[in-house]
Amino acid sequence: MTIANTPLKESSLQPKGWFRYFSFSLDHKVIGLQYLVCGFVFYLIGGLLASAIRVELTSPISDFMPRDVYNQVLTLHGTIMIFLWIVPVVNGAFGNYLIPFYVGARDMAFPRLNAVAFWLIPPAGLMLISSYFITGAAQSGWTAYPPLSITTPAAGQIIWILSVLLLGGSSIFGGINFIATILKLRRPGLKLMQLPMYCWAMLGTSILVVLSTPVLAGTLILLSFDIVANTGFFNPNLGGNVIVYQHLFWFYSHPAVYIMVLPAFGLVSEILPVHCRKPLFGYVTMVYSIMAIVVLGLVVWAHHMFTSGTPPWMRLFFTIATAFIAVPTGIKFFNWVATLWGGRISLNSAILFSCGFIINFVLGGITGVALAQVPFDVHAHDTYFVVAHFHYIVYGGSVFVIFSSIYHWYPKVTGRMLSENLGRLHFALTFIGFNLCFAPQHWLGLNGMPRRVAEYDPQFQLINQISSAGALLMALSTLPFLWNVFESAFKGTIAGDNPWNALTPEWLTSSPPPVENWEGEAPLVSEPYGYGVTQAEFEQSSISTYQEDEHQ
Amino acid sequence: MSKNSTILTTVLTIALIAIGVWIGENINLLPIDASTNAPVYDELFKVLFTIGAILFLGITGLVLYSLIKFGRKPGQKGDGLAIEGNLSLEIFWTAIPAIVILFVGIYSYDIYDRMGGMQSLGASGHEHHAMNSNNKVWGGIGSSYSPGQTNKNEVLPPIPIEVTAMQFAFLFHYPEGDIISGELHVPTGQPVTMRMESKDVIHAFWVPEFRLKQDVIPGQPTILNFTPTKAGRYPIICAELCGPYHGGMRSTVVVEDSEKFNEWFNKNSKSPNLNT
Repeated sequence: MTIANTPLKESSLQPKGWFRYFSFSLDHKVIGLQYLVCGFVFYLIGGLLASAIRVELTSPISDFMPRDVYNQVLTLHGTIMIFLWIVPVVNGAFGNYLIPFYVGARDMAFPRLNAVAFWLIPPAGLMLISSYFITGAAQSGWTAYPPLSITTPAAGQIIWILSVLLLGGSSIFGGINFIATILKLRRPGLKLMQLPMYCWAMLGTSILVVLSTPVLAGTLILLSFDIVANTGFFNPNLGGNVIVYQHLFWFYSHPAVYIMVLPAFGLVSEILPVHCRKPLFGYVTMVYSIMAIVVLGLVVWAHHMFTSGTPPWMRLFFTIATAFIAVPTGIKFFNWVATLWGGRISLNSAILFSCGFIINFVLGGITGVALAQVPFDVHAHDTYFVVAHFHYIVYGGSVFVIFSSIYHWYPKVTGRMLSENLGRLHFALTFIGFNLCFAPQHWLGLNGMPRRVAEYDPQFQLINQISSAGALLMALSTLPFLWNVFESAFKGTIAGDNPWNALTPEWLTSSPPPVENWEGEAPLVSEPYGYGVTQAEFEQSSISTYQEDEHQ
Repeated sequence: MSKNSTILTTVLTIALIAIGVWIGENINLLPIDASTNAPVYDELFKVLFTIGAILFLGITGLVLYSLIKFGRKPGQKGDGLAIEGNLSLEIFWTAIPAIVILFVGIYSYDIYDRMGGMQSLGASGHEHHAMNSNNKVWGGIGSSYSPGQTNKNEVLPPIPIEVTAMQFAFLFHYPEGDIISGELHVPTGQPVTMRMESKDVIHAFWVPEFRLKQDVIPGQPTILNFTPTKAGRYPIICAELCGPYHGGMRSTVVVEDSEKFNEWFNKNSKSPNLNT
């Protein structure tokens, strides 16, 4: 039907062996891994910066690093974690690896664009980080609100803008590619409503990426004019308006939250049915709720601006729109719980991280609905309550899912299993550390600690130290993970093609898969979640086990 | 569902709601309430906390229960139940959040109104400023009258204060009396209306004990109204990243009874006795 459905002739010209991971490879699986490993390196750097912030905050005075460096660190931490870790990994890494399998294609629709999209990321990231050493990094936060971003040292801010523009470009290229692949490269006979849920999540996410990222790009270009050419788009001294920037910025940056969590929703929907041995509960409502989140996600941006001096009607509209996102999101959570219910659940690392995600995200969602209420927000806005809220969403949500996905797909990618014991240790450290770090921050915010400060009221010291102890556990939790990933790559149990007995198409080929994805024709999987037995069989299998136990 | 499990579900649901209500009523996460807005805010907080606690404990409980009950026991083989969905259940858990959200929305609108969010600008003492400036003025939330006082004639006239924010301080100017102060002095029981503007970057005026926050914006004046109720010294905190010393941009609001306030006012006033 299309070129990508026949084996790529070029594939024979592609580099082989380990070198291909450092090359301009066109293989979607190689590009997916490039995204993942590159993202993880940036995650470690962003985590180091987070640790520096938590060390500074163990004491109420600014004593660990100079104040302007602190602001650079928090700006880099936010920018790296969002634009270089979560967005590229939940979209680029898993999207590239899985989407061609799920639609039954040999590769993405535009393999070259795909490689370009990835190769924009390392230079953008290196540029951003090197700005710290060369000129001093941007210090106006990842939001870069003018006039602060216009008045702080220009070099760092301009480099920040350039790298975010590159990363935005990468994101748009990826989005176009995913939309084209999902809609146009489906294997003949595969209907849209038979696609695995991650395809729907990526379709929705990519629509958001393509619609909203250009707005951010335009805004940042105007901001750079204000900085270098002394224009007055956002500069009040020249008749500009600082609030307009906030509207334009959040028009992208709120959907950005969904760009970070919708793919995670999709990944969880793939992982849960396999390890629960049950169909995904309510496929059709899951699809509709993703699309509802996409539509609503575009019209909620001003809830970040409730204290900016926003007219009352606008506050009301954005309160209602924001709160209503909880309805489709709620459906997804109830459906996941219903997927667990009546399953035969393997309590492995993948399931633990997925269930950790459900619990964390529910808390983040509840505080989100609270923050959507204007009267609540005027107290909690720009405090540590908000810091806690969004870390429950992006770390407790997206990052937990990234780890869950790594435990789930590692055997496919490497052909070897990860150690379950190290995986459980990793989960325990991450879950305890994360909650210890961020749960107390709700209280800090409500009681008077604003965000983005290097010094604070001494009465908050103990709670901040508890929070920093949690951060230390989170930092330690990467050690068993890294050890596990490296050791298992060489010494892990051989996984075989389909260690989880999963039904989605990526498991119906060898581990790791060949360049063409399948030796023969792509399989037609019309029921990706066709697990499960009848009530009678289920009870029979429970009873027979107990009898076996008695014999032993 | 068998009769027993229906009873069990009902009992557990009631217990869950009872725990949620108990948590909402008994766990206090907020500092003291020192303005007329604060008790209204705390009422909303209590309702949201209760609903949040019920939902969080409910879903966490279901997840943990599922993992224990349906976790694969050693040696167990076979799949889970082939349940692909249940339309009535799905309608049920679409409707429940929708109703909760609707209730929360209507309730928080009421709170918003009681906190003065829906007051049209120019009302309650803004005219004074509107005449001075051609700029449009954006309002912050915050009521300049006490909700309890139904007879508006008994309400004291609001004290106008002009607030200037700059890196890294707040300045408070009392036009009546021409006082400039680095600390905000206000009397209990009398409304205050503040017109705020920034000289450089965006700052935010936040007093946690008042449950009020409003950005202070360059080139765009904003209004914040409140009525202090409890005497004390409370922190004024800048809540918008404004530069390297953002964390140090703090001041104090001194709330005292009107006698002490007048004493302070007259001592510092260049045209005394205007406010007495």
